[in-house]
Amino acid sequence: MRTEHASTRLIDGYARGDTDLVADEVWALEAHLEACGPCRDRLSAVVRAAVPPAAALVDTVWSGLEPRLATATTMPHRRRRSAQLSAWMTPVMAPWLAMSAGVTLIALLLDLAGSVSGDVSLVLLLAPLLPVGGVAASWSRGVDPAYELTVAAPRAGLYLVLRRTTSVLAVVVPMLLVGGWATGVTAAQWLLPCLAFTSATLALGGVVGVTRAALVLAVVWTVLIASPTLATSRTPFALQSGGLPGWALLLALGTGVVIARRGAYGVLGAQR
Amino acid sequence: MTSAVSAADIAPTPYAWHIQATGLKVRVGRQRMAVDGLDLSLGTGVHGLLGPNGAGKTTLIRALATVLRPTEGTLELLGESVGGKGEHRALRRRIGYLPQEFGYYKRFTVREFVEYMAWLKEVPKADVPAAVQRAVERVGLVDRADDKLKALSGGMVRRVGIAQAIVNDPSVLLLDEPTVGLDPAQRLRFRKLLQELGTDTCVVVSTHLVEDVAAACTDVVLFAEGRLVFQGTPTDLAAAGTPEHVGDSPLERGYSALLQDPSHGKGAW
Repeated sequence: MRTEHASTRLIDGYARGDTDLVADEVWALEAHLEACGPCRDRLSAVVRAAVPPAAALVDTVWSGLEPRLATATTMPHRRRRSAQLSAWMTPVMAPWLAMSAGVTLIALLLDLAGSVSGDVSLVLLLAPLLPVGGVAASWSRGVDPAYELTVAAPRAGLYLVLRRTTSVLAVVVPMLLVGGWATGVTAAQWLLPCLAFTSATLALGGVVGVTRAALVLAVVWTVLIASPTLATSRTPFALQSGGLPGWALLLALGTGVVIARRGAYGVLGAQR
Repeated sequence: MTSAVSAADIAPTPYAWHIQATGLKVRVGRQRMAVDGLDLSLGTGVHGLLGPNGAGKTTLIRALATVLRPTEGTLELLGESVGGKGEHRALRRRIGYLPQEFGYYKRFTVREFVEYMAWLKEVPKADVPAAVQRAVERVGLVDRADDKLKALSGGMVRRVGIAQAIVNDPSVLLLDEPTVGLDPAQRLRFRKLLQELGTDTCVVVSTHLVEDVAAACTDVVLFAEGRLVFQGTPTDLAAAGTPEHVGDSPLERGYSALLQDPSHGKGAW
């Protein structure tokens, strides 16, 4: 609150509409009144007491306005929460995240039943693939209808991509945490592959489009690692602790490429 | 108290044209130059970008929206050179863009969607509700503002597209086929809105409807096969045609006259 207020002389003069107030005084006073509630109260008190015609005019305006104000609705506040949510993810990503959750749950149940894959943990085998769908949906020309609008916006680019990726990981990682804990694999064994595939999707996506990148990675994983593993029922080297440096390397490489090519997330790719 | 006029508002503009392209080429795919050596200068006003299908209008508008990088030549928007690696954040805050295929999230309400776009366009948080309300009012959707987008008709969705384009009070407004799906009454209102916006904004409207140009544009840019064929007022365009040329109105005759000119390619089809 400001400490200086308009003098009684100014307010009295203003209320009477005196001509002895100079124009710049009137201007300064009005500017102050706009921002200062107490002075407005003083003004209205003076007007009520000293200037009956003005008071009558104000009353008329109020009586005309009040019925309309009563029916006017104020903006509901519940919207704010959905606005905050859409700053982190698009509605298109929701089904993919739900699917990731469902798949994790099924893999976990099968693991606990111990029937399908022998010694191999299905949760571990799926860990790299889980975030890929959500990441693809978060920045894809084919999947996201508002992609072109998003890409043209100032906020587009690496920052927004990472924001959405973060929200994918925020869903996937806790689920894997539960899965890993229940099946007794260490966190690094699923976390590194999961993060490495996320960064690889984005890195490759900068070149060929994120949807295509996700598809390529999923196929490569299924053909090279997942199928042989399920066929032989032995945990592949890539998922044992000896494979971890390789995953760390892929993660570092992917992150490096994403940062180096960050301009690619602000333009329309040639691909669909 | 905040002052009503900021220093930025009264600062002189450091550029001669809102949009200035010199020898601009934009490649689409591997081979095709959709924009092929374009020289163009556009200032304040409504510019109708006219041309046959496949002339490269959409590619040009995308390049102006900075989502496609120029392959060759220079493109300056609001005095800033476009191209290279930069993200053009500050520039994009001053651009409004309605793509030809306006995609949206069906479950958002009109207000939510325009709010979301305002967030994407980095409108200051405190200004968002007022800016959204203003944009929705300007396209005449106040009474539907809290309806979901999936409940709206095609013309209304188009108006939401226009609302999101103007929510950041852009200096350069790019509208790609904005009148598609609008009924005649809406089209009239839209033309009025365009004229209003054109008083202080550089509006580029791509269209293949000649009558849109006649009614709302201060300036016509005729574009075919990636090159500029003609730039001038609608009256100049009408003057280019003679009664022998194909068309129902002077403008249409001017349009077909200019496109049939042997020096400008091999026919409009």
